[in-house]
Amino acid sequence: MSPQTRAVENWTLQPLTAFVREASVRLVLVLTPSGQVLAQSGFSRAVDVMSAAALAAAIVASTAELARQLQQPPFAALSHQGPKHGFFLATFASDRGTLAVLAVYDLDVSSLGLVQLFYEQLAADLKAASPKSTVPKQVLAADFERELTDSLNTLFGR
Amino acid sequence: MSAALDLITRVRGVRGAMLVSADDGIVVAEQLMEGIKGGAVAALAASLAGRLRRAMEAAGTGTSVFWHLQAEQGALLVVPDGNSSVAGGGGILVVAVAEPDVNIGLVRLELLRVAETVV
Repeated sequence: MSPQTRAVENWTLQPLTAFVREASVRLVLVLTPSGQVLAQSGFSRAVDVMSAAALAAAIVASTAELARQLQQPPFAALSHQGPKHGFFLATFASDRGTLAVLAVYDLDVSSLGLVQLFYEQLAADLKAASPKSTVPKQVLAADFERELTDSLNTLFGR
Repeated sequence: MSAALDLITRVRGVRGAMLVSADDGIVVAEQLMEGIKGGAVAALAASLAGRLRRAMEAAGTGTSVFWHLQAEQGALLVVPDGNSSVAGGGGILVVAVAEPDVNIGLVRLELLRVAETVV
């Protein structure tokens, strides 16, 4: 297991570790559309995880709304490629609810094709591993900060 | 592009041919027999092409013009176009998936011909 890969929900760990290894991605987040992080790989600072999760959740929400206005089903994946790095953001349905995966890869090491290929495997593995028929826990405002702190502590091994 | 791939797939023993974006590993065009996972072949061939390019640069051999991977039950033959020799050059890989006893020389000739036409 890569020492940089950590999970709040342990069932995500094995599929995520395999994805990181196979697709040679630099950073990955598995999160809910509301921005709750289930697992991360490659991040070294909590503030980066929080920023990336918030921005990814915002992109998922805005593209979902754009699709709704176009009377289309939500977009399955979004890819952005710069001169050195690529970003890949995709959502899929699981028993844990809709999950999003944000992956950042170096163009020298990986490619969109590789990330797409192994993302399909990751989504299938996460669907198979996700806990069945769990009742979503209500998050109260009073608990939010404590839960966020607990999650970040878990993600960074504190 | 379909006509270009026809040149390759008409060779006896060829099970499929593809044009693949060298930078992205995405299929540009394909003619494949059932059972061949085009997306996977494209992604992995492009990844391999990038690593081979760096290896050949390091070895000082210049750029590759053809590679042939022989396996027990088949072969993968690839011709990178001129732009594929440059990282981020946006080149195309011409890829053939073939049976183990295919006429390699003939497939190579058709791959080179297609690489010239698609540039």
